[in-house]
Amino acid sequence: MRTRALFIVGLIIVMLATACGGQQQAPAGGGEAAKPFRIAVVMPSATTDMAFSQSMWSALKAVQAEMGGETALELKYSENMFKVPDAAAAIRDYASQGFNIVIAHGSQYGASVEEIAKDFPNTTFAWGTDVNTFGLPNVYAYTAAAEQGGYVNGVMAAMLTKSKLIGVTGPIEVGDAKTYIDGFVQGVAAVDPSITVSKTWTGSFSDVALMTEAAKTHIAAGADVLTGSSQSVVGSIGAAKEAGNVLWFGTQQDQASLAPELVVASQVYDWTALIKQMIANYKDGKLGGITYVLELKNDGLKIAFNPNFPLPADVKAAAEKAIADIKSGAITVNP
Amino acid sequence: MTEILSAAVIVGILTSAIRLATPYLFASIGEAFAQTSGVLNLGVDGIMLMGAFSAFYVTLHTGNVWLGALAAMAVGLLMGLLMSLISVTFKAEQGISGIGLYMFGLGLSSLLFKVLVGTVYTISGFPVVKIPFLSQIPYIGQIFFQHSLPVYAAFLLVPLAWWLLDKTTWGLKIKSVGQNPAAADSLGVNVDRVRYFSVCLGAVLAGLAGASLSTALVNLFQENLTAGLGFIAVALVYFGGWRPLGILTGALLFSVVNAFQLWLQVLGVNIQSDVAVMLPYLLTIAVLAFSMNRVRQPAALNKPFERGEN
Repeated sequence: MRTRALFIVGLIIVMLATACGGQQQAPAGGGEAAKPFRIAVVMPSATTDMAFSQSMWSALKAVQAEMGGETALELKYSENMFKVPDAAAAIRDYASQGFNIVIAHGSQYGASVEEIAKDFPNTTFAWGTDVNTFGLPNVYAYTAAAEQGGYVNGVMAAMLTKSKLIGVTGPIEVGDAKTYIDGFVQGVAAVDPSITVSKTWTGSFSDVALMTEAAKTHIAAGADVLTGSSQSVVGSIGAAKEAGNVLWFGTQQDQASLAPELVVASQVYDWTALIKQMIANYKDGKLGGITYVLELKNDGLKIAFNPNFPLPADVKAAAEKAIADIKSGAITVNP
Repeated sequence: MTEILSAAVIVGILTSAIRLATPYLFASIGEAFAQTSGVLNLGVDGIMLMGAFSAFYVTLHTGNVWLGALAAMAVGLLMGLLMSLISVTFKAEQGISGIGLYMFGLGLSSLLFKVLVGTVYTISGFPVVKIPFLSQIPYIGQIFFQHSLPVYAAFLLVPLAWWLLDKTTWGLKIKSVGQNPAAADSLGVNVDRVRYFSVCLGAVLAGLAGASLSTALVNLFQENLTAGLGFIAVALVYFGGWRPLGILTGALLFSVVNAFQLWLQVLGVNIQSDVAVMLPYLLTIAVLAFSMNRVRQPAALNKPFERGEN
């Protein structure tokens, strides 16, 4: 009996502890001599996840390079902050250390931001993906209209599939994972309503093994084009690569480097414009109160065509027409 | 839409299940050795992560999957020695030290990945080997004989483990140490040495379980690649009543249901995805509740041995 009790207690401890396995980079005190602009970011997964967190981190690094390196813009991050209380502690830490902008990069951090932002009226907070600034003058909310790029990817996918069967491997049916796929389905239907798009959800953002098997299942069922989102889709891309004749459409980050021969295009989240606007506003004394939406129109969303993939000219033309139509409002994609 | 019970779908489900069962088999059979000798090693998942990373890293740089597998075994052995040192020599509480080992493996593999690799790469892992003649048999051939080598190895491990545990003196020693270490000790069996050996063997297999993920099934490494798979493996040992055949049954049952729910979704069967992904776990809990065979549990499981104490 003791064994069983211990075993169960052990399992519970581990389940509680699983999320805090990642390492946290503690913020260090800045130098006195130069006074760089300081931005800190708290992220749910790793800066190298080829998806959501990496998209924000790459944007910050790009802005830093543009502004002239670490002397002009100091960056700090805490990654793998899947547990909200840990993330909240990190957000408060950064704010107390006098960072100018603190970004809480996860829709689960909303309540923490709402609470902490009131205590630091001179710090800008940004969080997403969401649209709610809580009516606070120092909070930005940001989100991505993922359905727009999904639509464009869907148009291309519909023109490239030969088996008329397209597979989607998603994590959990929420947030931009869902809106991306909703847009994708609309894009496919706009080209050819007879194409079947079948979807699987693995119930996890991180279970790569199950995601791989989900992709293999789609391929076994006859799908020749796949797409999906979350950091675990690297498994799906691996499965497509193994099959050899299956194409992939990416989202959140340019995924072409994972399989240059079969990634057709990726929707890329480009947060640089948001970051630059926040910095400029901060210097002008405006700390927030704005909801920012990444769209094709404001170049926050981009379609990165893989230069190594021989995309037929008519498909590329159709994709570019879809992009133009979404920008002009001729096509509305419902999230 | 295709019928859910068509031959093609059933073959698809079973083929997926064979693949999905592979890492569980390596890890659970390994854990069965450790537990039969009386040591509960909850650190399996951590060892798997270290094994998965080592195999991936070595394969990435040498292009040789065999060197990768060897590296995973070596790292598994080191982790096994660490676990034995803590739980056998120092007689620490096994459940707690296992969790420590898990967190150590999770943290270290993430750190090494970040420092040494940085971003996600796919590698070419163990290729699929079609067994001549056998792979030509309709249905059966596709289900059982068109996999990569680690998949075959995992299944061959089952009869091998059964033979070792049930038919050799060496297996008898492991069992006696797990059932009644004092009696075994009085008969001249070196309890600590047998436990060291069993824990290390289990850890080497856990290392291979990780390697089978990163160099045969998924062909990449990412932080926390196993996503808790090692804990299911520990549960499967209880499920299987500490018998290799029972573990095989459990691993297959879990994997078949998991493959089944993936196919349900692909075929557009109208079922909530949240419900679908729960199915394998619900089934496991149900079977555990009804068929738990505690009679076979090693009597000295989780009890450190101190000569002259009992």
